[in-house]
Amino acid sequence: MKAGYDVADLIVVGGGIHGCSAALHAAMRGMSVIVIERDTVARHASGVNAGNVRRCGRDFAEMPISVHSMNIWRHMVDLVDDDCGFQQAPVIVMAESDSDLEVVRQRVADVRLNGYDHEVILDQSQLREYVPSAAPHCLGAFATLDDGHAQPYQTVLAFQRKAQALGVRFYEQTAINTVRRSGADWEVIGRDGVRFSGHYFLNCAGAWGGEFSRQLGEPVPIEPIAPMMMVTNRMPHFCDAVLSLVSRPLSLKQTSSGTVVIGGGRRGDLVPGTLSGEIRFTELQLAAETVLSVFPVMSAAKIVRAWTGIEGYLPDRLPIIGRSSTEENAFHAFGFSTHGFQLGPGVGDIMAELIATGSTNAPISPFDITRFNHDGAETRAKPANGRSW
Amino acid sequence: MAGDAVSHYDVAVIGAGPAGMAAAIEGSRAGLSVIVLDEQELPGGQIYRAVERAPRARLRILGDDYADGGALVSEFRATNATYVAGAMVWNVNPQLIIDYSQDGASREITATALVVASGAMERPTPVPGWTLPGVVTAGACQILLKAHGLVEDNLAFIGSGPLLWLVAAQMIAAGKRPVAIIETVPAARYAAALLKLPLNPTALGYLRKGAKLMRTVKRSKAPIYRDATEIVISGDQRASVVNFVSGGRGHQIEADLFALHQGVVPNQQITRLLRCEHRWDERQRCFVPVCDRFGETSVPNVYVAGDGAGIAGARAATLQGRIAALRIAEKAGRAVGPSTSLQASLCREASIRPFLETLYAPSAAVRSPAAETIVCRCEEVTAGCIRNAVDLGAPGANQVKSFLRSGMGPCQGRFCGLTVTEIIAERKGEAPSLVDYYRVRPPLKPLPLSELARFSIEPGTEDRVE
Repeated sequence: MKAGYDVADLIVVGGGIHGCSAALHAAMRGMSVIVIERDTVARHASGVNAGNVRRCGRDFAEMPISVHSMNIWRHMVDLVDDDCGFQQAPVIVMAESDSDLEVVRQRVADVRLNGYDHEVILDQSQLREYVPSAAPHCLGAFATLDDGHAQPYQTVLAFQRKAQALGVRFYEQTAINTVRRSGADWEVIGRDGVRFSGHYFLNCAGAWGGEFSRQLGEPVPIEPIAPMMMVTNRMPHFCDAVLSLVSRPLSLKQTSSGTVVIGGGRRGDLVPGTLSGEIRFTELQLAAETVLSVFPVMSAAKIVRAWTGIEGYLPDRLPIIGRSSTEENAFHAFGFSTHGFQLGPGVGDIMAELIATGSTNAPISPFDITRFNHDGAETRAKPANGRSW
Repeated sequence: MAGDAVSHYDVAVIGAGPAGMAAAIEGSRAGLSVIVLDEQELPGGQIYRAVERAPRARLRILGDDYADGGALVSEFRATNATYVAGAMVWNVNPQLIIDYSQDGASREITATALVVASGAMERPTPVPGWTLPGVVTAGACQILLKAHGLVEDNLAFIGSGPLLWLVAAQMIAAGKRPVAIIETVPAARYAAALLKLPLNPTALGYLRKGAKLMRTVKRSKAPIYRDATEIVISGDQRASVVNFVSGGRGHQIEADLFALHQGVVPNQQITRLLRCEHRWDERQRCFVPVCDRFGETSVPNVYVAGDGAGIAGARAATLQGRIAALRIAEKAGRAVGPSTSLQASLCREASIRPFLETLYAPSAAVRSPAAETIVCRCEEVTAGCIRNAVDLGAPGANQVKSFLRSGMGPCQGRFCGLTVTEIIAERKGEAPSLVDYYRVRPPLKPLPLSELARFSIEPGTEDRVE
């Protein structure tokens, strides 16, 4: 191996949860793997997200892989020798109006219809039991009582560490310019001339994944966005669940130290030309208003910090998972549209199986890149699963 | 939302210490519209805190250098700059949109140029016991003295730096002799520092002042322990005793209050928030923003004046404030003279720094604390945990922050940032510049959620102009 050149069976671009998980699972199947990360591992959405580990409210297309992932989360120590801070907790989506309640009923009916039973209806008194601090106008909810949350950075670092222990080589601070064929193999060339070569190529580049699918001749309409989060000072304990609302953007969770993490979809600004985010306080003001209207107890809270994470957002809010439609031995797992953290362990397993064996039984066809035509436009309607949270 | 009604100024100045006041004076003189946002209720910064209201007896205790600040404050008061007291700036973005909180409400202004004059803060001093009640900093003692005339009984000073001797001398002038001065400067430093002493009148003037402070303390018969190491503060519920080694043997001293000090470092919260480029200053052992000779940072139209640009003292800060304002005026097309003579004065002021920085470099103990010593007070993270996170693969300050939550608490790393950088650098055998520093996030200081909920963009007001 000469300086600036490395070879493996599989080249993964992107050192987030998906890249690290796929690398680990591929190594467990005996492949040699290189992971290339333009920044540092878990620098963006994977390391700074809210850490929610939920099946609750997901699009039904995602549900089988989410359930598979959940089974891995529950035994995380067995996989990566680290509990990743995973804690089981209820995930509750609260209704604030009669029309919200109708959405709740419909959602849980759809869940049953699709053959799942993890989501249940909470009536107002049951909601009070789980969330005594919710404002009186909260009428009920749908919930998954055995979802949970984890520590995002700790998680990704644990995947990286375990992958390294199995021989995976990580190249951080290495931006990739070009992915191209070189005979039967893939050649991946860094901005500073460093070269990698592998039989298989996997695009886990998150918000940056569109650049590599474009180079493979299959552009997608991915949009980088900067969802905002904020965290408060330590508050007296008032909540054990991960909470959100049926019809307003909000996600709220109290950590074991008492701080309250608030997110849920308000977007900051992307700094032009940098793909880094900046807080837009006029938007965050709306989040503060929402929190106070639902949790009067939060009127004493102070915001200690606000931040953004860069996410790749697709118009149908579903990720791209599967083979390249244009090239042999190239694969994608990116564009998780703000809800990829929980899926990471499961999707990595599925991708490793697909790459190593040539097929998978996991139902990933809804995430095929061909749902966008090669002009990058969507060619198929969003799977008719109704809305997701 | 009345976005277009936000008040705009040619220059926004954050901080009303010597640098900020000087920038406002010079900017106003050049005909620029200037707003000064300051957290305190009175102008003066830390160095001239409450100088306008200090009774004569207090002025005598605090000395001529403090009293001299009164003239600068008067000159600042006489300008037509908009002065907003009690304003906590909580967000600044590179487009120079500035959000601040005053009297429980937040407002927004915009500016063409920004002068960050937010000064210095005391270097974190993580020694065993530093988080106990009854342990403060020398700077905090001086704040009480300046603002309220309060002087503590039975106080022991521990550490190094000019401020340690200044506050001790001021206490003695106020009639309260410290229990002890426990200085951590290694004996060998004196010879090394003397080699850096320039022989010009400005530098020698500073040297004479320092010698006078030390004489005052010695004459008071306060016990002075030199070259102290292995400092451990302890006590039941509250700090009551300090153990240390000096002169080859162990000592134990009881006191009611312990004032730590290891020099001051730039307050980099605003320049970090703005993502200005910073560099590691090996002599000052801290990060400083990269500035041109006018104080302009890597972010266009953002200037730093005063100790925030690197520790240089109050007189240098005044010069830097004027230089920055003159540059802004020049860029705005105003007819102003050159700042050449101010630059020359600034060089003279800076000439004493290599001597002071060599002599009073922070002690090894605070740069590399013992494993069980808490480094991040907000999240209670020890030095040992930080080293462990590095061993587990966290490559820099921000990854350690993500891993351990160090620097995520209400102080946003003010109390631990530099120590964390030093610990990681030592553990990895890497330069601190590579380890980097925490990314600072808005709000710069905790902001009530209810205040944010009421925050709508209204014009910044001038109702607190005094």
